[in-house]
Amino acid sequence: MIEVRSLTKYFGTQKAVDEISFVVEKGEILGFLGPNAAGKSTTMRMITGFIPPSGGTAVIGGSDITTDSLSARQKIGYLPENAPAYPDMTVYSFLDFCAQIRGFAGIDRKSKIEETIERCFLTTVRHQTINTLSKGYKQRVCFAQSIIHDPEYLILDEPTDGLDPNQKHEVRLMIRNMAAEKVIILSTHILDEMDAVCTRAIVIADGRIVADQTPDDLRKKSSVHGAVTLAIAGGETQSIIACLKSVPGVKSVEILSSNDGNTRVRVFPENKEQSIAESLLAELIQKQYMVQSTFVEQGHLDEVFRMITTESAIEKDIPLKKAQLSDRLRALPELRSQQSQKSEEI
Amino acid sequence: MSQANPIINVSAIFKRELTGYFGSPVAYVFIVIFLLLAGFFTFSISHFFEMGQADLRSFFQWHPWIFLFLVPSVAMRLWAEERRLGTLELLLTLPVTLTQVILGKFLAAWIFLGISLLLTFPLIITTTYLGNPDLGAIFCGYFGSFLMAGAYLSIGIMTSSLTRSQVISFILAVVICLFFILAGFTPITHVLSGWAPLWMTEIVSQLSFLTHFASIERGVLDFRDILYFVSVIFFMLYANAVVLENRRTS
Repeated sequence: MIEVRSLTKYFGTQKAVDEISFVVEKGEILGFLGPNAAGKSTTMRMITGFIPPSGGTAVIGGSDITTDSLSARQKIGYLPENAPAYPDMTVYSFLDFCAQIRGFAGIDRKSKIEETIERCFLTTVRHQTINTLSKGYKQRVCFAQSIIHDPEYLILDEPTDGLDPNQKHEVRLMIRNMAAEKVIILSTHILDEMDAVCTRAIVIADGRIVADQTPDDLRKKSSVHGAVTLAIAGGETQSIIACLKSVPGVKSVEILSSNDGNTRVRVFPENKEQSIAESLLAELIQKQYMVQSTFVEQGHLDEVFRMITTESAIEKDIPLKKAQLSDRLRALPELRSQQSQKSEEI
Repeated sequence: MSQANPIINVSAIFKRELTGYFGSPVAYVFIVIFLLLAGFFTFSISHFFEMGQADLRSFFQWHPWIFLFLVPSVAMRLWAEERRLGTLELLLTLPVTLTQVILGKFLAAWIFLGISLLLTFPLIITTTYLGNPDLGAIFCGYFGSFLMAGAYLSIGIMTSSLTRSQVISFILAVVICLFFILAGFTPITHVLSGWAPLWMTEIVSQLSFLTHFASIERGVLDFRDILYFVSVIFFMLYANAVVLENRRTS
């Protein structure tokens, strides 16, 4: 279990991470999501003990990272952002170095390295120096380093950054296969990735948690969740809309496109949880419209992402504006009195 | 997972660093330049052969000046490079302590300098062939030179932790090392003794590498001189740890 307790980090006067708290249990894959500079990497660096927090702490399997850093670090496997590795070392010697530090010796060490090389598909490049490797291989070498000691806690900062779609798929598979007996935290700004891999998503913006849900629940926040998109051939656009609006439970109808007698509309229900697709279809068929396709929207994660991350930015601005306003209001009587003084002088 | 042994950690880092030197051209360029410079100064400036003395004083007396530029060039990359590559994050999140990392890095660089120094062995052979030198004094000179290289190195490794830029690290190290040399450089001490009281001149010159190296170079192995170099090394490495700890906090 990883327990993060009100982690806070200041860089100078800039607050990069603002009292983040959460608990991750075994078997969970937690996706850390947020726009650039939201504080994802800083939070991970604090959890892994690279930078000390300004306040709060993280407890990794009972070891506090601020007071018992060494034993906490022993339990963690960490893939830093941009997958750093020593460029002048060969893949094998780099992993050998990491295995030594992780406390493996002799035959045990050799077998661990072999196993990890195989697991991360590095067999063909094992004797190449790291600076001759492509970005995808480098990423996997650093990933190999993080799992070489089969850690209980795996922290991955943008694990699929710079990989091609096939490699991304492989890495995601690897992560999912390991998930059962581990606690995994990974950060990403790719929404599909979070959707494909994570069992839980934490969205942070401006150093604060703005959402902590499963990807599916997150998707439900989308404005188009539960809406039905229909493509209809033939018929007057206006009469189609009238027909759709007559169906009970329909809130509004949006025309997506209409040309050459083909109309695409999106119908929004009153209640997102109640399916209106069937009654819509029944109505349309009864009125003898040609329905070409029907699609019930699940919601778009990117829309939700934009919504909740920009919302928090606006919220942050409001108190500021209020303060400015009240300052001005306070200044008003003074201004008035100044004016009245002036008028007296005149 | 077995509990990691501090000695194993230090030796793992030590081995990684040392093989790193010989895996890159830096090591060979350094060794060649060091040997060329040492040879040039010994034979062309000090006229080793013409002196007709069977000792290596004319060789050792240049070491403080050769090290002034060469040792910071070895040390400048030690932390700056790790920062630039981002491997510092990797290294410091592995289960190793800062002390272990610093020791591993320092010892590897020191041994590397020691290897370069040993490669001047043809000089010993030449002197032994030509005359009948005091081998004890020669051993003493090498030992002192090695100690002094460690002191230079500890200054360089400290300045390397101060900055991300290798150039700044190099310049800072050279300036600090230069101070440690000049404090005991005869022209400077003469100027100082003109107006400052004797005890002050004494203190300043005692701070210098030159003063302490001079007696070892002559073949006098004084405990105080050894203590001096060891404490400079210790102090600088400690400062290095403090700097790294603070830079992580900010």
